[in-house]
This record gives sequence, C-alpha cells and structure tokens, in this order.
Amino acid sequence: MKIIAAMSGGVDSAVAAARAVEAGHEVIGVHLALSSNPQKYRSGARGCCTIEDSHDARRAADVIGIPFYIWDMADEFHEGVVENFMSEYKAGRTPNPCLRCNEKIKFAAVLDRAKAMGFDGVVTGHYARTQESSDGRTLHRAVDPLKDQSYVLAVLNREQINGAIFPLGDTEKVDIRIEAEARGLAVAQKPDSHDICFVPSGDNAGWLRDRMGSEVGPIVDQDGNKLGEHKGAYTYTIGQRKGLGLTIPSEDGSPRFVLKIEPVTNTVVVGAREDLAVTSMRGERPIFCGPEVGAAPLRGFVQVRAHGAALDCTYYMDGQELVAELDAPLLGLATGQAMVIYDGDRVVGSATICETA
Amino acid sequence: MSVYLDHAATTPMFDIAIDAMNTSLRKLGNPSSLHTEGRSTRKDVEDAREKIAKAVGCLSSEVIFTGSGTEANNAAIKGLFWHSDKKVILISSIEHHAVLDPAHWLVEHEGAELIEIPVKSDGVIDLAFLKKTVAERASEIALISVMHSNNETGVIQPIAEVVKIAGDIPVHCDAVQSFTKVPVSFKDLGLFAMTISGHKVGGPLGIGALILRRAVEIPALLHGGGQERDIRSGTLNAPSIVALAAAVEAKLYDASKVAALRDSFEAGVLASRPDAVINGKSAPRLPGISNITFPGTQSDSLLLLMDSQKVSCSTGAACTAGVHRPSHVLMAMGLTDVVSQSSLRFSFGSTNTASDVAYALSVLPDVIERGLAANAVGRK
Repeated sequence: MKIIAAMSGGVDSAVAAARAVEAGHEVIGVHLALSSNPQKYRSGARGCCTIEDSHDARRAADVIGIPFYIWDMADEFHEGVVENFMSEYKAGRTPNPCLRCNEKIKFAAVLDRAKAMGFDGVVTGHYARTQESSDGRTLHRAVDPLKDQSYVLAVLNREQINGAIFPLGDTEKVDIRIEAEARGLAVAQKPDSHDICFVPSGDNAGWLRDRMGSEVGPIVDQDGNKLGEHKGAYTYTIGQRKGLGLTIPSEDGSPRFVLKIEPVTNTVVVGAREDLAVTSMRGERPIFCGPEVGAAPLRGFVQVRAHGAALDCTYYMDGQELVAELDAPLLGLATGQAMVIYDGDRVVGSATICETA
Repeated sequence: MSVYLDHAATTPMFDIAIDAMNTSLRKLGNPSSLHTEGRSTRKDVEDAREKIAKAVGCLSSEVIFTGSGTEANNAAIKGLFWHSDKKVILISSIEHHAVLDPAHWLVEHEGAELIEIPVKSDGVIDLAFLKKTVAERASEIALISVMHSNNETGVIQPIAEVVKIAGDIPVHCDAVQSFTKVPVSFKDLGLFAMTISGHKVGGPLGIGALILRRAVEIPALLHGGGQERDIRSGTLNAPSIVALAAAVEAKLYDASKVAALRDSFEAGVLASRPDAVINGKSAPRLPGISNITFPGTQSDSLLLLMDSQKVSCSTGAACTAGVHRPSHVLMAMGLTDVVSQSSLRFSFGSTNTASDVAYALSVLPDVIERGLAANAVGRK
C-alpha cells in the first residue's frame, strides 16, 4: 500500500514508520505543523510541533530512507481542536483535545487529504491494535497496558479505522526504544510527550485564564448558599478539592469538592465527597469503531479517562445517546469527557458525556 | 526518469568548475601567507578575482569574497546603513529574505525606517513610487536596494532607472539570480554595491561576493584578519573562489536554449490546464524561471505529488520549519494568500533537455487532478 506516516518527531512514530516500510508499504513521512508560531525548542516532555521536533522527524525519515514533507495544519488544528477546547471549557465541560485531534486532524484532515492524493492510509505511532474479523476491522487495546492509547482513538469510525495502521500495538514501549536504538534512530531516548501539546507550560488553568479572562463568580453549596468566590469557573474541574480558598467550613468539617460548574451563571457548586458519586452516564455524538450498539443492554467496560480504569458496566443506546450504567459508583466525572466502551479489549465506541447521575 | 526543475534553488556545478576546485583542494597554502605556497594560492585567488570582475563588469578590487549571497546582502544592507548618517532604507517589497530580513533587523535594532517599493501586478517595481519617495525624502535615505531579478518569478527589474532616480543615494542590487543568465554590468548600471552567489551559476555552494565600489569603506560584519578590504575577515576559500571563477569564465549558460525549454513547458502547461496562470509573464523575465498558479490547489500537495513522480520543483518561500507560507512576492503582485499558495516555481537550467519538459508535462495533469481533490477534502 501507499501510506502516509504521520511523524511527530518522537520515537513511537519513527519506529511505526520504519515498521511500515519493512512491512512492504510505500511510505512517505509527513510532519504536521500544528502551531502557526512554533517554538524553537522542546522543553522536556511538554509541547510539540517545535522546530526541533520537525527536525527530529525529518532526520528519522532520512535514516529510515523515506521522503519527508511538512504539512501545515495549524489553521485546522486551531479551529478544530484549540477553539473547541476553549468553547468546551466555557460551556462548563472538560474536553480531551487529544481525542478531538485524532478525530478532526490526524484521521480526518490528514487521512482525507492522503486518500485524495492517491494514498491508501495513514500509519501512526499510537499504541493500539486492529484485528480483522467477520465484522470487518476492529480496534483493540495495545499489549502494553501502560501505553495503551485505544481510549484516544475511540473517536474513529469504521472507515477511519480501515485507513489506519498502528504497527506498535503488539510491543511494549521499552522494546520500542530498544528497537529505535538498533535502527539508528536518534530519537530512541527522547522523552515521551505528556499533557496537552498546545499548553507547553502544563498549566491549563493559567492558559485558559490568559485567553478567556477570569470573571470572578460565586462558589456555592448545593443549597445555593455562597461560600466564597472563584477566579473563572472554567479553571475548576469536577472533583477538585484543592485551591478552592473556602473559609466557611462544612457542617461536619469534611472537605468539599467541586460538583458542578454552571457557566451561564458563572457558578461553581461544591459539596461532599459522596455527592460526587456517579452511577450512570449518557453520551452524545456516539461513534462506533465496530458493529453498532442497539437498544438491547450489553455487558462490558466503560473508561472515562485516557489512563483510567475499565469499569464494569451495562451499556446500550437510548435514542441518539449512549448510556452506561456502572456496577460500582465512580467519583468525579465531568461532562465533556469521553466515555469509551470496551468489550474485553475491543473498543466498541465512544461518546461525549453530556449527563451524569 | 527524474527531472530537476529547481535550478533557481541550486544548479549543478559545471565540470570545469569541479576540476578547478579539485585541483585547488589538493594545493597547500593559505593565500595570506607570505611564503611560496601562500603566494601561489594567492595568485590563484587573484587570477580568479580578475576573471569574476571581468564577468561582473567591475574592478577586481571591487570584488569582496563572502561565504554566501546572504552574507553579501547582509554586509551590503547593514554596512551601507551604518556607513550613512541617514535612517531611511528603501527596498522593493519582493526582495529575497536575505535583504528583507537584515532591513527589518535594522528597523528593530538600529532605528532604521524601512520603506518598501511596491510592485505592479506584472511583478515590476513601481518606479513612480520610487521617484516620488526619492523626491520627497532624498536627504534622509541611506540606501536603496532592488534585486536585479526576482527569485520566485524571474521578473527582471529596471535597475538602470532605479540608479538614475536614486541620484547620489547608494544603490545595492541583489543579482544572485541574474548573474550569468542575462547581461549584468556593475559599471554600466552605475551601482554602488551588488551581490552574486556561486551555486546559482555552476560554481560551488558556500561562496558569494559583494561587489562594492572602490574606496568605499563600510563597517564589517566579520572582524578578524581583515582579508577582504577589512570589510570581510576570514581565510579566503581558495578552492571555491577558483571554482566560481572557472564556472563564470566558461560562459556555459545557454540562455536561448533554457528560455526555449521554459517556453515549451509553459505552452504545454497552458494546453493541459487552461486555467493555469503564469505569474509575471507580461514582464521581462529570466530565461529559466516559470512561476505558475494552479487555481484550487495547494502547492505543498503538488510538490509532494510531483516529487513522487520524480519531478523536483519548488513552492517558493519556506520558513525555518519547512512550513509552506504564502509567498510575499506573489502577494505583493496582488495575489491573495490562497492563490499564492496554489503556485509552483519551475526553474530550468543548462542540464535540462526537451525530454525533461515532455516528462514533466506528462505527469502534470494527474498531479493537478489529485492536488485539486486533496484541496477539496483536506482543506478549507
């Protein structure tokens, strides 16, 4: 096949591209420039799309022996991911921009463009596996549980999965670094990326405050009694305990947690730990990576964070919404997070949480 | 088959230049040394300087060797600015970054005022604007810099008129693309300073020259041994200088052949893509450069697709990260950023043949179709 290798400049995508070449594909390396004003250097594990990263990607492509180009997707990334990140926070939800990037950029803008140019698919360094079955190609967890990235890929529909190649899913990260070393790739020991790439400081709240301002508003209890003031509702997250600055203690002296963020009234609602408990969730915009789910309840797992636990649940479709009912309550779940359903290690699909109870 | 159509970026060294360079590389002697070996290398360098001066139309003492055209442009723009007690720099809006960026640097760091001379839609500078600006502000202008021809479009600029309008104001001309391709004479043009580069004319990479009027002492960028009139220090790069002179002296560039190839390519493009637009076509152009807009495409997609068909061309300007940006040259000619990002530069050279043109034309229709499709789905 003729495929595009999305090369970030990190070790994973470099080894993925090399493996794709070895598998006999005709591979062209592409680095996505996602920032219109890239920084020169990477700082530790944070940030991406620096000029240094693009150099690392180019160097890896040269060592592998494939052509290399840079695609400027800065506008698409800003509109599809960064602006969405801000508007979600503004609406009181907690988005995951990595999922959004996979859905809108890597496996949409890039894959569509690649296909139009005559390529058959896109290879990336994500840790996930695909399998061919009687139901078509399905998406599965990687063998390395610490690196498994199936959660952030659960926004891919069947067509996108058919156009995706994940060569690293069967290998543990430690072995990828050894392989990179053996292949002569200089990025073999480059630190992993963490956090949100466009927030290089790692300070999400500060980043949001700089761009969206900070409007002071009330912090109230569940009865509406004002307990204090906050400096911008969107800089709080559900389940947050620290940094509330409340001077009025609760009746029993127990700590308070953020339960709800109400953007319209710019209010943060706090309460006791047990009030965070969630036993069911509903998600909108469901996307199925394999066979679609119907109204009949099924048993499986739901995961609500990139590296969160797989929680036993019963799931089904209710109208346009995907519902998961948990066997055991979960503390601190925000709307805007992605709920990803698994059937064993197979990714069933995902939806954006719009309601919890 | 692979076809190289990016001679404006760099063009193959002539064999005669490679031979001269190899011979010089085997020779011992720093041209500044006083002993036999040093004097011998010095002789080679000075012979080369005279050959280059002859081709440039200047005195040999007016040739200052540099490490690149960029260095020569920097030395000229900064040096002439510092040499003057005036603050206004007048340059065309389509200059290469090697002129634009030092000029902007002087604005940011040295209190210069920059005035850009606009170009008309054909890519030729607006002489009326220049005339008016000089008439109003002559006493404040430190220097004027206008390129001899543009590196993206090949459009030739009216340098003789610029010099005439400038009067006593020093005029620098970046002649990197024009030198050896079309007649350029430092003396006949009446220039104050001019830039040439080795690797655009069949010479090696890493050698350029600032041609600077005799007895003009501008401040140096590089201080050290004072080798080149105290304006440029650094051990003279004898092998590259000798090779550059050999390339220039050989006069191997066949302008009419190159122009014929370029013309047949353009005719073929227009025959298969009638909506294609050749930028700057109505103006006098260099023989080898063709800048073409393919409406509805993105030039970086086209470049990838041409490259995978083994045809090398260029999208014009690229920033440090290699990200394609809209060309300031095409935008100065009035194209929108979207249209200017739909343009490719094909540049022809002495090594190209009619079969190169035929091959490039044979792959183009499919490339454009795929480019249109990619633009329709992948981009706004």
